[in-house]
Amino acid sequence: MLELRNITKLAGAETHISDVSLKLERGTLNVLLGPTLSGKTSLMRLMAGLDKPNSGTLHFDGVDVTGVAPQKRDIAMVFQQFINYPTMTVYENIASPMRVAGADRKTIDDAVQRAANLMKLTPYLQRMPLNLSGGQQQRCALARAIVKNAGLVLLDEPLANLDYKLREELRAELPRIFAEAGTIFVYATTEPSEALLLGGNTATLSAGRVTQFGKTIDVFRKPNDLVTARTFSDPPLNTIVMRKSGNNLSLDGGMAFPVPAHLGDVPDGIYTVGFQPHHLSLSPAGAAPVSIRARVIAMEITGSESFVHLSYADVRWVMLTPGIRKFETDETVEVFLDPQLLMVFDGQGRSVTNHAPLAA
Amino acid sequence: MEKTWNNRAWFLVLPVLLLVAFSAIIPLMTVVNYSVQDTFGNNVFFWAGLDWFQELLHSPRFWQALARNLVFSGIILAIEVPLGILIALNMPKAGWGVPVCLVLMALPLLIPWNVVGMIWQVFGRVDIGLLGKTLSLLGVDYNYVQDPVDAWITIIVMDVWHWTSLVVLLCYAGLVSIPDAYYQAAKIDGASGWSVFRYIQLPKMHRVLLIAVLLRFMDSFMIYTEPFVITGGGPGNETTFLSIDLVKMAVGQFDLGPAAAMSLVYFLIVMLVSWVFYTVMTNYGQES
Repeated sequence: MLELRNITKLAGAETHISDVSLKLERGTLNVLLGPTLSGKTSLMRLMAGLDKPNSGTLHFDGVDVTGVAPQKRDIAMVFQQFINYPTMTVYENIASPMRVAGADRKTIDDAVQRAANLMKLTPYLQRMPLNLSGGQQQRCALARAIVKNAGLVLLDEPLANLDYKLREELRAELPRIFAEAGTIFVYATTEPSEALLLGGNTATLSAGRVTQFGKTIDVFRKPNDLVTARTFSDPPLNTIVMRKSGNNLSLDGGMAFPVPAHLGDVPDGIYTVGFQPHHLSLSPAGAAPVSIRARVIAMEITGSESFVHLSYADVRWVMLTPGIRKFETDETVEVFLDPQLLMVFDGQGRSVTNHAPLAA
Repeated sequence: MEKTWNNRAWFLVLPVLLLVAFSAIIPLMTVVNYSVQDTFGNNVFFWAGLDWFQELLHSPRFWQALARNLVFSGIILAIEVPLGILIALNMPKAGWGVPVCLVLMALPLLIPWNVVGMIWQVFGRVDIGLLGKTLSLLGVDYNYVQDPVDAWITIIVMDVWHWTSLVVLLCYAGLVSIPDAYYQAAKIDGASGWSVFRYIQLPKMHRVLLIAVLLRFMDSFMIYTEPFVITGGGPGNETTFLSIDLVKMAVGQFDLGPAAAMSLVYFLIVMLVSWVFYTVMTNYGQES
């Protein structure tokens, strides 16, 4: 188990990581999700021992490893760039961590063949990494991480520079490969969809803080606060500021509807209401759908879905709807929202619908 | 695909052709013209055929000068390339030290050749030079005017002082282009300092090193100004390199024919060696 206790990392006057506490169990997959500069890489560097925290401690299986050098920590790391030794063959690259560790030839050969087989690199073992495609280069780097058989495997956006198909393929395989070894698997990504596909646990990061940590699906469905909800939504979370008074939730001069049951005991006041793009629909759904007339700003069509950018009461929303739709710009459309799905946040951005404490 | 011919396109190439003709081809052909004729001035020429080339290739004076050039370039490369790499490796990668180091490194490169020659000529003088006077006060028998070894050492030290910066700057450019992730990966693997140099830094500097070696070879092989200013080719003929010999022959003795023949041979040697260097080193790069 890897445990981070109140880790803070400053770089000059800037705070890169601010009071982060996490517990990562053996044999689990943990996603660090956050936008660029949210501190994912900084946190990984701290976990790897490449950087020393300014305060706080790191414990591995109960042992304090805060000041221990990275090579003594039983870790493997894969980076967004394809990092291989350019003058060594693929075979030698994969073998390099074991050579440093001083393993014998037979052990090295077995491990390299096994890792190459897993990463489909067997035909390329005698080639130079720079003569391979990007995907093969990254698989070579991944194979290096596999042979190390480390207790902690850190993957820093490893698939970001790969093409779509290969990314899907590797994303499905990676957790399986590393789960077999019972390692702690940490995976940094900027994409909410990638976190959902990987499953496991997710820690959402924003401005150097872990805003929430828990099972990926729970963090996605029940974010503790607005920041987490925004981090974990792509396309961006739709929000609107509304007033609750008595049994009514209303927008000044706009829509109004009865307060849904799950918000019954919330005190009156101003709240930020949020919902996912796929919660807007063109046909009524749920028990008491609210009808909203919004103006179309733009359309984006993927193969099987349409993103409709809408303007309603001076805020912009995105609706994700199945099938290919055609709307004219400035056309007014009627869309529906199920109030049961609303996430409601108070003035400090805390969720009033989900009071689960932040996992330590 | 059908080709369309448009003869007017030649007009667009014409300026370049004219420029190259006047700057390279015509002067070169003049030299070729001199090299196969004999003249005593007054525009009177006698056909000499390949006599001058034969004479040149049989003259010990030419071979001695060529040998001096090769030895000099060899020493220069053996000192400046490793020293340049070493300095580049130890230069700061970030912070206020970077611009300071870069400016310090660039300074010698900004000084004209003959000024560098003058600086060292005065610096090394036994009667008034800071270096020469200090060494003689310390009891070291140093005099570049009389001792060939001292003359060579002075010219080599001067060239190292003048041109190592070029290697440093090229290597430094190669080094800073290495993504930080390489060093982190090596750190996690527990690679030694030597391994990091051998398997990350050296391969990544390979291309700029090729350029550095090529530039330093060509430049040191064609050295003229500095030994001309410091020793004038002496003592005796000990520092008479091909270029100095050439000028002595053409301007000093007014032997235009032999000098022209020598120029052509010199030119071919530089071309040939540079080509061999380039081919060998680029092939080596592709293998690894």
